Amino acid sequence: MLKRLSVALVAGALAFGVAACGGEEAGGGSTGGGGDDKITMGFAQVGAESGWRTANTKSIQESAASAGIELKFSDAQQKQENQIKAIRSYIAQKVDVIAFSPVVETGWDTVLKEAKDANIPVILTDRAVDSQDTSLYKTFIGSDFVLEGKKAGEWLVKEYEGKTEPVNIVQLEGTTGSAPANDRKSGFTDVIKADPKFKIIASQTGEFTRAKGKEVMEALIKANPDIDVLYAHNDDMGLGAIEAIEAAGKKPGTDIKIITVDAVKDGMTALAAGKINFIVECSPLLGPQLMDLAKKVVKGEQVEQRVLTEETTFTPEQAKAALPERKY
Amino acid sequence: MTQPTVSERSAPPDQTPEKRGMMRTVLRHRLFWPAAVLVLLLVGNVFFTPSFFSIRLQDGHLYGSLIDILRASTPLILVGLGMTLVIATGGIDLSVGSVMAIAGAVACLRISDLPDPNSVGGVLAAVGFALLLALVLGLWNGLLVAVGGIQPIIATLILMVAGRGLAQLITDGQIINVRSDPYRVIGAGYVLTVPVSVIIAGLFVAAAALLVRRSALGLLLESVGGSPAASRLAGIQARTLILTVYVFAALCAGIAGLIFSSNVSSADGNNTGNLIELDAILAVVIGGTALTGGRFSIAGTVLGAVIINTLNITVYTVGIPSNVTLLFKAVVVVVLCLLQSPSFRAWASGVKRLLPTPSRAGGAA
Repeated sequence: MLKRLSVALVAGALAFGVAACGGEEAGGGSTGGGGDDKITMGFAQVGAESGWRTANTKSIQESAASAGIELKFSDAQQKQENQIKAIRSYIAQKVDVIAFSPVVETGWDTVLKEAKDANIPVILTDRAVDSQDTSLYKTFIGSDFVLEGKKAGEWLVKEYEGKTEPVNIVQLEGTTGSAPANDRKSGFTDVIKADPKFKIIASQTGEFTRAKGKEVMEALIKANPDIDVLYAHNDDMGLGAIEAIEAAGKKPGTDIKIITVDAVKDGMTALAAGKINFIVECSPLLGPQLMDLAKKVVKGEQVEQRVLTEETTFTPEQAKAALPERKY
Repeated sequence: MTQPTVSERSAPPDQTPEKRGMMRTVLRHRLFWPAAVLVLLLVGNVFFTPSFFSIRLQDGHLYGSLIDILRASTPLILVGLGMTLVIATGGIDLSVGSVMAIAGAVACLRISDLPDPNSVGGVLAAVGFALLLALVLGLWNGLLVAVGGIQPIIATLILMVAGRGLAQLITDGQIINVRSDPYRVIGAGYVLTVPVSVIIAGLFVAAAALLVRRSALGLLLESVGGSPAASRLAGIQARTLILTVYVFAALCAGIAGLIFSSNVSSADGNNTGNLIELDAILAVVIGGTALTGGRFSIAGTVLGAVIINTLNITVYTVGIPSNVTLLFKAVVVVVLCLLQSPSFRAWASGVKRLLPTPSRAGGAA
């Protein structure tokens, strides 16, 4: 009798316990998935390959904190497989919204489909994906890299206006296959190809890093003794190349004109010092805009498929003026 | 150790039996094929850059493509040197890239905290601290392998992954910039027109080669790698030896990290030494050291490291498009490995013998 009673009691306690747990779980689920109070965002960052990227990371982390959004952050170290893994884990964790900067443009369809099937909206930041199916993501916020390349090309055309001698250009590309590398290249080429005097005599990847930028420029400057212009897809590669140019006994900014993209602090310092001639800005501070979009998307509001970040360009004089307030 | 190969190969091919015998030894020398590929790559570059072999003085230092190759090779030579000795004992060290990143990050962080980043004493202290840390990391690897008995690939994998995170933690995910002239000397400076990094790497290689070949150390390492049981029965202190090679490998990686970060006056926790462990293993293998341990060749590793960097520079100067770069490198490496494989060569000469043309003499020349 007593035994039976105790069994019944234990069973009852167990049942109650399970029910309690279940209740708790349901409650947790509703706060996590419902989005009435706290939104959870999974963000898969490219890496920390440049000063630009770290400023971008900081902006996202800070604006998430101030917008009251819980941020799960991962660093893919410039590898697509890491990013796919991170996105899969966000899907498994049932976050409310996933945002990421794709390392490369292609190969995202499967994992984005998984997110779509799990009803988790996806926001692309700063880099696009090359997919036929635009329903796989809600919106894409970021710079227009083609436009950046065009701005760089337009400055060059203006700089050499009225001159007829050929202009030998060397290009340091970003990570092979990445959207900024592809677009900055095509935008630039589109503008300068109208005039046959502009010749891209060499174009190699510097992987967006300073060390590679230096190594590649060291080789290119020897293979091509008469370089007039260097166009680097980001500041860091340009800064590395400046060291190579100086080591070759030439004056960066004078003997070889330098155009870069990004406008991070180190780049702006070099621009103010006349070692770089022109920088096209690519602002990393898209955190606040991203958080606004995330809130709207989670609520189910309609958002634009393409949102641009505000950007400008800098000459040495403008750099001197802007430098004291440059945060990144 | 490359010396005999180079001098013998440059001798004109003569038909006296004695000379022919020498030719055969040169052909059979295990570094003949890597050296031949290197020469081929270098000569190939001349077609694209006529001034490829020219070296001149520029602002009081040597300047030319060959100097670039040597300078760019130094981190890999150093990492490869440590890797060679580790592999000789039958181990492997995957953590070298992370150790590089940590050493560079720690040095740059300490220098950027200095009141005067141009003070030689402060820079030396920072460099010393970074190298000390590298030694500690090496000791960690060594203890795991030699005392803990963990398989080397697993033991060093721990530091490879964790170390990269540590480097990012030290740099706070940022690229640390330093403007310090004394620090710049390590990777980008020159002494008597010669790049300092090349001098450092040269001294290390020479010291290691002397130590292992002029004492019994090399023999002991080879015996530990060749047959751990037999060497234990022979009374060799395998544990101490293994511990030492991991510490040495980490020290080499630490110096490589300093050279790498000093070259661009910045520390990048994310990219410094990324995947260099694979290049180092490749350099070791190209140099004729077997991954199974035992016999090793320091000269071979140096040659392998130089080949890998010559390949990089060739890609830039020839203008191979970025998207086929890796394929191009892979083809060269495959050809090189096949040339070095005795069974492939036996097969190839067998095919040649079957051909009706009298190609045997041609094959030998």
